[in-house]
This record gives sequence, C-alpha cells and structure tokens, in this order.
Amino acid sequence: MNLSPKFDAAAATAEVGRAVAHDSAARHVSGSAPYIDDMREPAGTVHLAPGHAEVAKGKIAGMDLSAVKAAPGVIAVLTASDIPGINDCSPAMGDDPILADGEVHFHGQVVFAVVAETRDQARRAAKLGKIMIDAAAPAVTVEDGEATGETVLPPYEFLRGTPDEEMDKAEHTVTGTIRIGGQEHFYLEGQVAMSVPGEGGEMLVYSSTQHPGEVQHCVAKMLGQSDATVVCECRRMGGAFGGKESQAAQWAALSALAARVTGRPAKMRLDRDDDMIMTGKRHDMRADYRVALDARGVVSAVDMNFASRCGYSADLSLGVNDRTLFHADNAYFYPHARIASQRIRTNTVSNTAFRGFGGPQGMVCAERMMDQIAILMDADPLTIRKRNFYARGRDVTPYGLKLEDNIMAALVRELEKTSEYKTRRRDIARFNKKSKVLKKGIALTPVKFGISFTLKHLNQAGALVHVYTDGSVQVNHGGTEMGQGLYIKVAQVVAEEFGIPVATVKITATTTEKVPNAAPTAASSGSDINGMAAKRAAGAIRDRMADLAAKLHQAKKSDVRFAGGKVYAGNAEMSFAELAKECFLDRISLSSTGFYSTPKITWDRNTATGRPFLYFAYGASCSEVTVDTLTGEMRINRVDIVHDVGRSLNPAIDIGQIEGGFVQGMGWLTTEELVYDDQGLLRTHAPSTYKIPTCSDVPEDFRVNLWASKGNRENTIYRSKAVGEPPLMLATSVFSAITMAIASLNKGVVPPLDAPATPEAIMRAVNAMKVEG
Amino acid sequence: MTIRSSIRFRYRGETVELSNVGPMDTLLDWLRLDRGAMGTKEGCGEGDCGACTLAIGSLRDGHIVYEPVNACIQLLGMVDGKEIITVDDLAWGGKLHPVQSAMVDTHGSQCGFCTPGFVMSLFTLYHQGGPVDRRTVNDHIAGNLCRCTGYRPIADAALATCLGQPNDAWSARVGEATSHLADLDDDADVFVGSDAVFFAAPASEDALAALYLRHPDATLVGGATDVGLWITKQLHTLPKIIHTGRIKSLHRVAEGVDGLTIGAAATYAEAESALGGIDPDIAEMLRRLGSKQVRASGTVGGNIANGSPIGDSPPVLIVLDARLHLRRGDTERDIALEDFFIDYGKQDRSASEFVVRISVPRLADDQVFRCYKISKRFDQDISALLGAFRFTVKGGKIRDARIAYGGMAAIPKRALAAESALQGIRLKDSNAWQKALAALQQDFQPIDDMRASARYRMETAKALLTKALIEAAGEVSNRTRVVGTRGGELESVA
Repeated sequence: MNLSPKFDAAAATAEVGRAVAHDSAARHVSGSAPYIDDMREPAGTVHLAPGHAEVAKGKIAGMDLSAVKAAPGVIAVLTASDIPGINDCSPAMGDDPILADGEVHFHGQVVFAVVAETRDQARRAAKLGKIMIDAAAPAVTVEDGEATGETVLPPYEFLRGTPDEEMDKAEHTVTGTIRIGGQEHFYLEGQVAMSVPGEGGEMLVYSSTQHPGEVQHCVAKMLGQSDATVVCECRRMGGAFGGKESQAAQWAALSALAARVTGRPAKMRLDRDDDMIMTGKRHDMRADYRVALDARGVVSAVDMNFASRCGYSADLSLGVNDRTLFHADNAYFYPHARIASQRIRTNTVSNTAFRGFGGPQGMVCAERMMDQIAILMDADPLTIRKRNFYARGRDVTPYGLKLEDNIMAALVRELEKTSEYKTRRRDIARFNKKSKVLKKGIALTPVKFGISFTLKHLNQAGALVHVYTDGSVQVNHGGTEMGQGLYIKVAQVVAEEFGIPVATVKITATTTEKVPNAAPTAASSGSDINGMAAKRAAGAIRDRMADLAAKLHQAKKSDVRFAGGKVYAGNAEMSFAELAKECFLDRISLSSTGFYSTPKITWDRNTATGRPFLYFAYGASCSEVTVDTLTGEMRINRVDIVHDVGRSLNPAIDIGQIEGGFVQGMGWLTTEELVYDDQGLLRTHAPSTYKIPTCSDVPEDFRVNLWASKGNRENTIYRSKAVGEPPLMLATSVFSAITMAIASLNKGVVPPLDAPATPEAIMRAVNAMKVEG
Repeated sequence: MTIRSSIRFRYRGETVELSNVGPMDTLLDWLRLDRGAMGTKEGCGEGDCGACTLAIGSLRDGHIVYEPVNACIQLLGMVDGKEIITVDDLAWGGKLHPVQSAMVDTHGSQCGFCTPGFVMSLFTLYHQGGPVDRRTVNDHIAGNLCRCTGYRPIADAALATCLGQPNDAWSARVGEATSHLADLDDDADVFVGSDAVFFAAPASEDALAALYLRHPDATLVGGATDVGLWITKQLHTLPKIIHTGRIKSLHRVAEGVDGLTIGAAATYAEAESALGGIDPDIAEMLRRLGSKQVRASGTVGGNIANGSPIGDSPPVLIVLDARLHLRRGDTERDIALEDFFIDYGKQDRSASEFVVRISVPRLADDQVFRCYKISKRFDQDISALLGAFRFTVKGGKIRDARIAYGGMAAIPKRALAAESALQGIRLKDSNAWQKALAALQQDFQPIDDMRASARYRMETAKALLTKALIEAAGEVSNRTRVVGTRGGELESVA
C-alpha cells in the first residue's frame, strides 16, 4: 500500500484525512465485536428455521406439518395465515410474501417457519414438513423468461439521436452478444435477526440490515401496527454488499412474528445453504449490441439491449437495471444511442442489489465493445478506448447529463505510464509468439461511476450528536456499518468539527429510535450523506458553544477556534470539556440533529431527463494475465490501479475499499459461477461449490494508488468522493486481459468469452478461436 | 484395558472434563452455546470459509504443535487430549497478540466477521516459527475466506509478524502446556454414552476392531471433514461415532527405501511431507487439497474409505500402485487400492471392516510421474477433474503407462484403454499420442454438474494427458502451467 501522494499534508486537518484504523479493529481481532448471533440471548429466546418449496413453480395443494409440530422442542409452526398484518417484505411493489401463500414462485421460497427451543431442533423439524405442490414448468433462464414474455417491470430505455440511421450509413458496424453471470454476495455473516417483544405491542428488532428503516416498516406492516411501535437496531454487519439492503427484511419479519406468537424473544439465523438458496443475487444478463463506427474506431452509434434475469419479483430490479443503462457508456461517448433493458421474470430467487447495482453489467458490455473494435481493427484496445472517451464537446451522456468533472484522460495517462503498459504489451506480444501452451494478455480499462441514488428521495440523511458535560461526544446517524468504515469516517468528521481527538467520539449503533426514516446505506452514499448530516449536527452545537466561549472571554465569535481538544477564544483557552460544562450551566443545548439532502439532483425517470448524479467517481486499472490454452486455467500476474476518491477522508479505509472491491469484482468475472439446473434449483449454494477468491488469487504484484486529487469539484464532505462501489468495476481489466490473451491465438477473431471466465468458459472461447480460424 | 467415560482437554488454562458429550456435538456449538465464548464465528457450517478457525495444540513426538481447525465440523469428542485456543483468549495481560496488533496496523479487518478465523490461522503460522513468504502465507490462509479486504493487508500482517521464533504467552509457557497435555495422554479407550448413543475413541487397533465388531452400524470418523457435514448440513442422526484419532499406531507414517506406509488415521498434515516427497506434483496436489484446516483434521485413510469420486489422493495413489490393508475383527487382508472402489458409494469393505494402512511404492528411476488438478479456483476447491500419470520409459519408449482420473466417473478410475494405447510408443512421437487421447473416450463417460460439463471434462482429460506427455518428453513446466510449476526442472527421461 502506498498512501502517498493522495493527500495534501498542508491541507490536512487534525482528524479528517488521517489513516485511522476502523473503529472496531481491535475488537474484530479479539473476537469481542458482537454480531447479532453473538449477543447474549434474553432468557427464553426461541429459534426459527425456514421450511421451503422444493419446486420452482406451482400451486400449493396442501401441507402436512404434523410431523414438524410433533418434533422435539417445537413450539409453533408459522404459516401465512399467522400473519396479523400484511404478508409482504418487498421494498416497494408488494410482491414478496414473507411466507408463500397459495403458490410458489421459486425453488427455495419460504412456505413455513418452525419455532423451537433450539436452532438445531428448529432446523431438524423443518426437514419434516411436507408441502404438496401442483408443479408447473418453471422459467429458469433469461431465454425461458423471454419465451414466456413475463416481466417484473416494463422495459425501459435511453434513446438519443437516430441510432438506426447511423448504423445504416456507418463505415463499419459490429455486433455481438455477451453473457454476464450473476454473483452471490457471500457476506461472511449470514442473514440474522432477533426480535424482543415489549409492552403494548412494542417490538425491538436487532437486524443485520443495510436499511433499518425498511425493516422497521416491514415489521410494523406485518404486525399491523404503527412504525412508531417498532424499533430496529443494527450495530454492525458481517458484510452486506447490497445483499442486506432489501433482503434482510424477511428474516426480521419472521423473527418478529415468532416473538409475537410466542411472547418470547425470537432469533432467526439462516444456515449458509438456506441463505444462498433463499436470498437474491446480482442480476445475470445477456447483452446484445450493435455498434456503428468510423475507420478510426470512433463510435457513432450504439444499440444495446440488456436482458436481465430479475427472478420472481421486482425487488430492487427497477433501480438496478436502470443503473445498467446509466453505465452502459462507462467512459465513452455514444453520439447516437439506444440503450434498452428488459426486466425478465423467472422462477428463480428475486435478484437484488449488489455493489455496483447493475452498473458493472453495463460496463462489461461497453468494454467488450471496445475490445471487439480493437481486435477487428488490429489496434491497441487502449487506443480505441481513448479515442472514444468523453472529451470537450463530446461530454453529454445518453441520458442528457453534461459531464463537468471528467478527469479520465489524465488519470488513464498516469496509469498508462506507471503500469508501463506499452512496454509490457510489446513484451507480451513477443512472449505469445514463442509460447505454445501459455498465452498472456494485458488490458487497461477505465471506470466512471455516477454517485447518488437514482431514486431521488433516497438522497437524504439525518444525524444526532450529543455533547455531554464531561466533554465526551456521542454520534449517531442513519447509515449502517457493514465493514466499509462508515462509522469511523463519520466520527472523524465530528471530531474535526469539535477539534477533539477521534478516540473521544463515541460511536453508537444505528437505530430507528435516534434517526428516523433514514435511507438505506447503499449507492456508495454512506459517508457523503451521513458525514454531511453529522457535520451539520456537530456544527450546530459548536456554533452555540462558540457563542458562549466568545461571550465568556469577550472575544469575537469568529476568533473562537476548536483544536486539539481545546477551545481558543481570543487569548483565552479552555478545554472542550470545560466549555461543555459552561454551556450546561448556561442552559445551552448540547444536542442537535443534522439533516442533509443531496443538492442538484433533478432526475425525472418518466422523461429520462435531468441530473441523476451529483458527481462521478473515476478510476482505471491495468491487469496482466496468463492463460493455459490446454485447460483454460488462468493466473493474474500483476494489477495496477489508480482510483479517484477526491480528498480522502481516510486513505487507509479508502485503499481497503479499492482493493477489496477490485478483488470482489475479479471473483465475479472469473471464479464465481452460479449454476441453476433446468428445474430452477441452485446447485452452487455453499462455499464448497461457489468459489469466491482466496488469498492466492490476488496477485502479489498489486499496486494500488489514490489519484492525487485536489478534491471533489462538488461541495461534498471535505471534498471527498464515494468509494464503496466504483472499485468493483476496476476488475473489468482482468476480463479484458483474458480476452486479449485468447485473442492472440487467432488474429482478427473476437473470442466469444462470457463472464465468469472459469476455466471452462475460457476453453469454450479458445476452441471457438480454432474453429473460426 | 481401561475405559474412560469422559473426554478431557485443556481450555483457558484448565483441564475440562466432560462426561456428557453427544456423538454429534460440535466444538463450535460447545464454545458458543455452552461456554458463551462468542469470538469464534460460524460462517458456513461446512469447513469451507474458516470463520470458525481456532487453534488446537497436540503433542507430536513430545512437542506441542498448534494447528488451525474448523470448529464447526470438529466433533467435540475429537478434542480429547488436546489444547484449545480461541480468539477470545489470545490477548494476554491486556495486550493484543502480535498477529492481532499486526492485523490492526495493516487495516486487515473490515466487517470483521472472518477476522477471528484469520487471526487464529495466523497464530498457528506464527507458531510454526521461521520467516514466511507470500506463497507460504497464501497456502496457510487458503482456508479462510474474506469478502471485504482483498487479502493484501492480511498477508502483510502475516509477513510482518511471522518472522522467526515465536515470542508470546504460549511460547513462554510451552513447557507447562506440554506437560499438561502429557498428563492427559493416557492409553484408555474413551467411551462416552450408552450402547445406543455414544462417542467412542479407542486407543488401540485391537480395541477399535472389537468395538466396531460389536457396533457394525457405528460411523467411523477420522477427521470429520466429511462426516461433520452429514451432521451440520444433511442433519443426519448419527447415534454411534467411533473416532480413530486416538490410535497412535494408525497415525504412523513410515518411510522406507521402496515406499511408504501411511496409517489410516494419519492426517494429511502428518502424511504431507512423506507423500509429497515422492514427486513435486504430489506435494502440489496436497498443497491444494482442502485447506490447512482440512489437512490438519482430514485423514488419508478417511479420504479413501469414504469412497468419494472426487477425492484428490485416490487417483494419484492408484497410479502409484498403492495397496490398502483392511481389518475386520482379527482378520486382515490386503488389496490393490483401485479394486477398493467398486461403484458410486460402494467400496470393497464389509461391515465392521476398516482401513488400517496404505502402502505406497516410490517411483523407479525410469518412471515419470505427473498429476494435475483442475478446479474453478486454485486453492481449496473440489476438483472438476484430476489426472494422474505414471510413465515407465526405456530407450525413449513408453514401456508402461498407468493413468487414473478423479471426477471422470462414479469412482476414481484407471484409463485402461488409453494406457494400452501408449504401450510401446516413442515418447516424443506426438502423432502416436493421438490414439491414447481418443481412447479416453472409451475409458470414460463423464457427467455434467456444477463443477464442469461432461464435454469440458472429456476435453480436459485429454488436455491433461497431452500435457503430461509434453512434459515427460522434456518441456519444462513453466512453459506448460500457470500454477504449480515443478522446482529444479527437470528429470527428462526421453
């Protein structure tokens, strides 16, 4: 890790910009950071296990749950009819039953839930349930879904200019298809919730969720009572990556239902295999495209269509698939464009948010187009990419946003130099000429990722800051901690505001009691919006404290400074704690909320106009791979990254997001393969069959640098940039490098490589090269 | 012979004695549910993610050895006579352990859920002593999955701390810990429970033979890396468990001039250096077999006895002409390993009969060995297929070929047609290879599953034979492989 030259030391403030460790680091390494399953269970806690459908589609003809009820330790068996309120855990559309009622739509859908004294008893009892289903033929693949014509949402598209006419008159057109696989989140902590019933119908729900507000809402709706009677709390998650944005609600709701039915605290922790079968994943897609270009490989028009496997219900498919369209340009200017999306209904688990939220699929398709153009023209793909970059006069996206902060050309120029791309590309060509079995490839690809929720109303955040009379500070906000370091970043912001050491800022669990109606922690927005809200809350208190300090010392308010745990007013100096005490004695409020709503967002989906993003995050990566053309095995030799985080709030945390995001993206595009059989059963439902990267998959030669930014052009929190999702897409360089290695087998032939590039997928492409030769 | 009706182990500086141990109780559940020690996490419940990794100390030749183990599929009874160290107890005197501090310093945790497992894996690496390189670190933590960091900071933490002789609270008290374990090391036969429901761990082969005769319906358990999943995943009820781990003679790995014998209860970790010494490709196969945790528990004998069609060692051992020694009561017999595997889930093993040891001949001077493992991920993945090859070459001609594959049939199986097609051909005559490649289609009709399609399996079976022949004919392996190149190229016999 190289932490320079990403941060301008002169501009550095005391706490913001420092590489402070994650707030829980010492507890993580000692096993003393409790996750929900680690909390001391209240006496009498009962445990749930799900009973699920084992066919993918059909009507429930009947159920025999007598053996379940008779099993040791069983207290209750919950079915849809036990739900007092609304049987729905969907984020918006009302189409996700908590417990299936009447019919099942995918293999793994929960039909009943067992409540028992122990988790083991519940799991064993759940196996005894008999669900009789009049099975119908399921639609499993995108193509199955296309054949039935069923969608979860209407199609949507961006249209600019006259792409069809441009195709007709273009010098060249190329067409292609690429299949892009889905991805299991594989958060290490599986889905879990514990509900504790209280007086007067109150329900306290501990949920591992990115969206406590939605869990609160879902539980209240399910119980048929008001939001105000339900509290949802989350201190930390053991990973989420989008998988606990909407899909944590079902398990929280079931635990609350059990708590209501039994009157006892109730916990539900899914077994890993159940988790993988019952919760949604990244959408897999088939992208079909047509590109018109001139003799230099400059694109004049595109016609792109993304057929997306959404699963059985809408879930977050609207936003996810919209974002595919928003990023189908990646960093490239398409003068004329039709970019369309089909939201296909299948009898598979409902696909959901996953880091990048549809964007990665759009970008992979854009990069395939660039690779294809370059291979057909026998040109360096980087040259083709650069020719198609957004630039002055070519700076309006297909959805009408004018790029104002484009730094791509400069960033790529730097990476091209530091990665020695040109020399290595030449060396690789020489290597490939001599090497029979092994072939190498190198690729340098860009990432431009739009920051803000494309659903406008989610771009808001609240915070609550308290200063106590001993000078200690407590901060709370609506964002959740899933490992990304949000809590420490916000604490740094608050410490900065008060001029106190970050260690004295007490971070507290996210709860709907302290900050209501919060947006999900998603869309990379966590530190942008919660940091700003916390800054405002702290700023309001500081302002009042400064008033008093000025009054006490006959100084001008503008001369009051907060630094190093002290407050300076003119020539006088007092500790932050002393001033807090004085405020209390003077009856000045030491508590404040803060609220932030992202400015400049004007996106109107109906007219497909306006500005969906406040700004863009930029990055680029260069990967070199070696492919074994006998077996399809592949090794990554070296990776270079430059990524733009604006002025970093915490360079160590940001580097962690970049490296971790890259590796997660690399897994998505290489080893991670979801296999459904023709009956819709997921065959890869455990880490024994679904393979996320291990340490040895990450190249030892892994050079990650932050872009030497002068700061975000927009007025974000300390001019930083969001970093959660964008780095995942840096991994497209791995996929393109594999493509180039295979392309070396037969000049001018485009390898039909699909993602993920497993050994088998690589061999399919290798064999196709021989045939076409 | 004495019978002990309890298990005893060291935990938190005390000897814990339990006489109420169910045959299906896991170590993880005991820690979390009975002891309320919540540092050790359950990530997958099948020994694949490493979140539940803890360190188990055992005496080996009088020395204490710390190995990482997946607590989720470790049966509680199996820790008899051992020391258990979990992440909860690693910080000593209010100070983090060096590997813990390094993980903080390198920003090696994000969500933190996998972190306890990594810390414990690093703790065992720390106690191996000696400096490590990235490759060693990769192998050591291949059984720990992290979804957040991308591993680089964790590897850095290992490289920064695992520098040489350990210097921590455990190294300071090694004498004390060793004598505690020595005190627990009796020769009693452990039998906890009733004749209907029990956990047993006999101390001798004779006691095992007698007990298994009395209970032919018992489940024999070596390292529980497979049986553990029958309990945690398939939710089978296994009322009678007989664990082989306490039988010292079954742990013995004997190296002779002509070959080795490996006791059936020897773990992969115990057998690794002897078996890997036969050929670098075997060492590489063992490096990629399971993970450090799996190899610390899983046994060579168990891997054979459970008859898996995708176990990595059987094809290799078959090609080496290994023999299996079985015993039932007082009757012993001895068969070729390849004859043990009859069909899917069916082995040549009668009720109450168990594997005693495996004997493995070494390679002769005129023999070339190769094996290749193909999986979606290099480390800690189950093979889509594995090919093992032994060519006996004289005067540039193949005098004898033995070829076996895993993942190509319902059992690990020899490619007899391909073998005979190679008989007598000139090794460097690549045209002559073609007949053998084509013959593989007579030998196998592989299936489609989530690991690979039938087509890829067949095509790659041919590719592996091709690769073995290319290399045997003299090509150096760094021109033919992206992983597991053979050091010190090469003993070309062409």
